[in-house]
Amino acid sequence: MNKALGTGMKNTQWFLPSTPSFPCSWDRSCQCNSSSCLKVPIFCLVKIVDILEQFLREGGLSALMWEVCQQQAQAASPELQETLLNKVVCLPDHLSNKLQGENLPIFLPQNYFPLLGTEIIQVLQRISDSLRGGLDCSISFVSQVLGKVCVHGRRKEILSTLVPCLTDLTKSDCIWQRMCWRLVECVPDRWMEAVVCGFVQTAPGADVLSRLLGNLVVKNKKAQFVVTQKLLLLQYSCPTAMLQNLLGYLALDNSRRFLLLKVLQELMETWASSSAVKHSPVEQQLYISKAILICLSHLKDVEIDSHRQELFTCMMEGMKCHLDSNLPRIRCLGMIVAESISSRINTDGPILKFQYEEDDETRELKSLLTQMLSPPSVISPLDEGRKDSPSAVTEAELKPGRKPLAAACAVSEEGSDSELDSDDDFIPYDMSADKELKKTKAPLYIRDCIEVLTGPEDMDKWEATMRVLETLIQRNTAATQEVSVELAKVLLHLEEKTYIDDFVELRQKALVTVTITDPIPVAQYLTSQFYSMNYSLRQRMDILDVLALAAQELSRPKAPGKNKPSSIQTPCIQILPGSDSSKDWRKIVDERIKSKTRRFAKGQSQVELVCAPNKFSSVAGHFFFPLIQNFDRPLVTFDLLGDDHFVLGRLAHTLAILLYFAVNTVVAAAMGKALLEFVWALRFHTDSYVRQGLLSCISSTLLSVPSDRLLEDVTEELVETQAWLADAVEGILLLPQMQ
Amino acid sequence: MIAAMALPPPDPEFVLRGTAAPVHTLHFSCRGQEPEFPILFSGSANGLVQIWNLKTHRVDKTMDGHGGKSVYWVETIHGRDGLLSQGRDQKICLWDLAEGRNVVTDSISVDSVGFCRCSLLKVAQDRWLIAMPANDPDEVQVLELPSKTSVCTLKPEAGAKLGMPMCLKLWQPGFGACPFLMAGYEDGSVILWNLSMGKMLSRLACHQEPVMSLDFDSEKAKGVSGSSEKVLSVWSLDEQQNLKVHKTHELINSGISDVTIRQDRKILATAGWDYHIRIFGWKKVKPLAVLDYHTATVHCVAFSDHSRPSERLLAAGSNDQRISIWSLYNQT
Repeated sequence: MNKALGTGMKNTQWFLPSTPSFPCSWDRSCQCNSSSCLKVPIFCLVKIVDILEQFLREGGLSALMWEVCQQQAQAASPELQETLLNKVVCLPDHLSNKLQGENLPIFLPQNYFPLLGTEIIQVLQRISDSLRGGLDCSISFVSQVLGKVCVHGRRKEILSTLVPCLTDLTKSDCIWQRMCWRLVECVPDRWMEAVVCGFVQTAPGADVLSRLLGNLVVKNKKAQFVVTQKLLLLQYSCPTAMLQNLLGYLALDNSRRFLLLKVLQELMETWASSSAVKHSPVEQQLYISKAILICLSHLKDVEIDSHRQELFTCMMEGMKCHLDSNLPRIRCLGMIVAESISSRINTDGPILKFQYEEDDETRELKSLLTQMLSPPSVISPLDEGRKDSPSAVTEAELKPGRKPLAAACAVSEEGSDSELDSDDDFIPYDMSADKELKKTKAPLYIRDCIEVLTGPEDMDKWEATMRVLETLIQRNTAATQEVSVELAKVLLHLEEKTYIDDFVELRQKALVTVTITDPIPVAQYLTSQFYSMNYSLRQRMDILDVLALAAQELSRPKAPGKNKPSSIQTPCIQILPGSDSSKDWRKIVDERIKSKTRRFAKGQSQVELVCAPNKFSSVAGHFFFPLIQNFDRPLVTFDLLGDDHFVLGRLAHTLAILLYFAVNTVVAAAMGKALLEFVWALRFHTDSYVRQGLLSCISSTLLSVPSDRLLEDVTEELVETQAWLADAVEGILLLPQMQ
Repeated sequence: MIAAMALPPPDPEFVLRGTAAPVHTLHFSCRGQEPEFPILFSGSANGLVQIWNLKTHRVDKTMDGHGGKSVYWVETIHGRDGLLSQGRDQKICLWDLAEGRNVVTDSISVDSVGFCRCSLLKVAQDRWLIAMPANDPDEVQVLELPSKTSVCTLKPEAGAKLGMPMCLKLWQPGFGACPFLMAGYEDGSVILWNLSMGKMLSRLACHQEPVMSLDFDSEKAKGVSGSSEKVLSVWSLDEQQNLKVHKTHELINSGISDVTIRQDRKILATAGWDYHIRIFGWKKVKPLAVLDYHTATVHCVAFSDHSRPSERLLAAGSNDQRISIWSLYNQT
């Protein structure tokens, strides 16, 4: 029997069309496979699997598809085609369901679909042969197979074999090019998106993509929608190389360039919309910025000339709403995009120039504008997979660590080199005493410091005073208390008369130390100044920072003899310059080292915790209540509920921090109640930073106020808050569905 | 050995006190045979030249010849029987010190009011050349001593914009050869002059600020200069007589008021505005020591000319009115 089958299969036309009923019977057997597996005798099953395997190995699939293509040209039954399509695409699913553990490798999706890909190429080859021979052939069945495979989520497997072959074949052959275009065009609309996305993702470059897809975007509405809207505006997951492919494809042919302009226009509208800036995630904004920069790099001068005014208007608007943002990253994005646009539209006039910190992201963005299609960016699925794998991440993270080590090696080598060379064997003396010379003596008394800081300008003395102030205050508590408010006032109004590297830090430390030394009067002074006229936003935020840091210091237990506070850590609030991701790698590496280090020490190695009264408990009210009182009373120069929402966000965070440090104190319950009311009043604030602050307010209330007091005193507020949070969560859950 | 902890820097051998004014210049004379004792000449801001006996560490003689105006250069002539001293009274005095005398026998008037120290070079038996700033602010004049006849006047080309000369160093490649002059100028450049032709041979802009002091090692054709900046610049002279920067050494603090290479060309010393004396190996300009004793700007450093290397001394004079004497790297 086997032999007979084998000989039969050599003749590839053995079942079609001479045995038209065969597919149906096969169909039945498959259905039987999937539905009632136990009923089929085991030897029968083995046989069938055997036959199927042989069928696949001997190129049965291409023969099958070729038959259908031929038939199609003569109009065959759609039902048959539908069934065949189903079987071809779903074969791995059926078989794995049926065979469970005993599945053969050839039926596994990762093997089957690449095979299907090569079979498709075979079919296309035959079609091209017959076209050359003058015979008409329909390609639509192959398109359907491709579309269905892609929509079933196997586009990586099938396109990874299909696209390289097609890339090669279409290089110089126009019949192949036409066939390829036709192949994609004939994909039914409902599967078009998956196919187009797959091609954009797998094509090694914009030129190849253009060769494979032709003018698909112009001819097919669905493809146009996917390319111009869906991939750019409705999602943001594509890697940069894919964006470059996509936009490069639009730019390559003159008949598609109007789409590039349309896309740019829509991207710019989104970029310049203040609501989008406020409400869409940073990643999406980064994505849109990238797309804009790539579009700009493709634009020709003539096109820019005709759209200069529109670009300019959009740029001004977008710049405004980006610079308004509270998030440093978004501000930075805005600056880069605006700079790029202005450099493109102003050919001779002055161009925009912003100051921002250079990092990997800004460099990448800027490079997008300059690289014109030049590097054919290959993203094979293999690469992409590696990108996500943890090993790649470790490598990237370890790299910055390695560099300094290498540098150190080089230095030491150089050093030893010169040591060997030198024949004058004078041994150097210790030169550690060679320090920078300080000309002026720092003042020794607090009052002298005030005099120096307010007095006539003597820069050296002023700098020396700034450097010594913190220690002086710590040393002379009594003397400081006499002048604490005056000193706080001087420090608060202090301006950087001359450049000192860490002026901001020195001033902040001094202010914090004054506040710790004499908490009540200084806190009263600072909180009253927070709501008074004639302060800059910077000063107001300094006040908040100082209060938070002082609260932290006061609440921290100290050893009785040790009066000196250890190095002040930055509070858990977002400090202005923004997050610095490059520092995180060290933390990760340290943790990894820690996790792999074995320690052999026995017994208790931990130092006994110091017990001391919470000094903050008696003064917490003075810090907290004056701050929370007046937030709804706008001044001429300061409107917390209006434009100055950034300070409001900081205020919310600071209040949360103050309450957090007031844990276990009597006043915490009252503070918690006040804070929940504050949250209630602001819960629908439009700015996300403010809302974040409110969330941290709620968290710190829940952490700091004892639960019985929570339930007794603030039940109502708590219930309201809970309702608000529940609504908010529901809203978040609903959001993707609404999209 | 390299890993061993570096030794702490040494203390001064002894300190000479009693100038009663900032010390601006020092000059040793230690070659004399027994029973002569090593002496050190010092010139200070109160116009006095003092002769220190280095055996007793006391002042032997105090000489007042500049009318209370600061003395900023002293140099012996005729062994130790004669002395030249340059003062802010715009005079260079020639002292006769033979047989216990101390009288001014001659003087040259200098028209310049700058701070430029003179430079003396013995070209033959009883014949010296002295280079000093001339009438015109940017000129240098070279006289022959003892005749006081002008050998040449070195005038930069019009438009060179060098400013005043700040420091001078006369040298000759070998005894009897044609003498050259290295001069550091206000604009930070060092210039090599040919005296016989009166011509500028090479100009090197090695500093941004005025060159405060320079010294030149004619054997290695390498020189060093310090300015009011934070760098010590080492330059070399190639066969085509072009000056080239050889190396620069970054200092912690700015300002070098004097730099001297020891006669054996092994080490060099700098006098810093930051109160420190720094010692470098001359070959690679490797920092060797930072001597911290003075409490004010150090104005001058000088190495002694002891014939026995182990006795060699380093002296530094400072604005704090003290002269510190050090003994360093004397083992050969």
